[in-house]
Amino acid sequence: MARAPTTSDAFNAVAEPRRREILDALRSGERSVNDLVALLGLAQSQVSKHLRVLREVGLVHVREDGQQRFYRLNGQALRPIYDWIAAYAQTWETRFTALDELLEDLKQTENSDGDNYR
Amino acid sequence: METTIGKGTAKVTLPTSMAILIERSFAAPKHLVYKAWTTPDLVRRWWSAARGEVTVADIDLRVGGMWRWVLMTEDGFEVAFHGEYRELVPDERIVSTEVYEGFSDADAYSLNTMTFAEADGCTLLTILVEHQTQEHRNAHISSGMEAGMQDALDLLEAVAISLGA
Repeated sequence: MARAPTTSDAFNAVAEPRRREILDALRSGERSVNDLVALLGLAQSQVSKHLRVLREVGLVHVREDGQQRFYRLNGQALRPIYDWIAAYAQTWETRFTALDELLEDLKQTENSDGDNYR
Repeated sequence: METTIGKGTAKVTLPTSMAILIERSFAAPKHLVYKAWTTPDLVRRWWSAARGEVTVADIDLRVGGMWRWVLMTEDGFEVAFHGEYRELVPDERIVSTEVYEGFSDADAYSLNTMTFAEADGCTLLTILVEHQTQEHRNAHISSGMEAGMQDALDLLEAVAISLGA
C-alpha cells in the first residue's frame, strides 16, 4: 500500500480555506479555471497552485477542452474524510449522551445536598 | 455565531489539516462538566462510548501530573491513552498532551485544549485536538477504527488508500 505523502494528502487539501472554497464552488458542477479565478478573486497562479494540490490528492478531476481546463469535484475522494468525521462524531456523541445522564445525576445530588445542609 | 441551548449534538470540524475541533453543549453548569472530566469515578461512567468498560481512569490533577484512561472493548481490545496536564484552570480550561498507546511511535502526541464556557446554566465544551505530526493524526484516525466501529477495516483501508493517493 502506498504511504501517505508527507506534505500533502486529502486532509491537508481540505483544511486549506481557499481550497475549501474551490471545492465548495465545484459542488454545483464543473468550472473553468477562469471561472474560479473570478469567483475567488485570487491571482490565476494561486488558483492553479491550489488546483494542482487538489488534483494530486484526487479531490478534483480535470478535463481539457481546447485552451480551457475544466475542473470538477471527485466526491469519492472526499468520502473517507466525511465517513471518518461522522464516525468520530458518533463516538463522541455516544460519550456525551452518557455524560448528559451523569450530569443530570450530579445536578440532582448537588440540589439535594443543598436541601440537606443549607 | 450559532446559539446553543441545552443539550446538543457533537459538532466535529477540521479547522486545520492537523487539528480536530469538537463542540458540544450540555444542560449543566460548567463546574459539573469539569468535574466529570477530572474525577476518575465519573470518567468511568461516561468515557467508554458504549463499547466496553473503562478499566483505568487515572488522573493526577496538577500541572505536570499524568492521566491514563483505558477502555477494554467488548471484543477484547484494550484502547489506552495517556498524557500530561500542561495547564489547569478549574471549571474553565484543561490543556493536556495525549498519547495513543496503540501507536508505534511512542513520542507522537496531540495537544488537547478543553474549554468550558457557561451561559444561562448551559455549558459549551470545546475540545481542540492538535496533532504534532501528520503520522500521529493518521494514527488517531485509525485508533477510532480499532475501537470497534462496524466497518472498521473497510473504512481504514479506504482512508489509507485515499491518503496514499
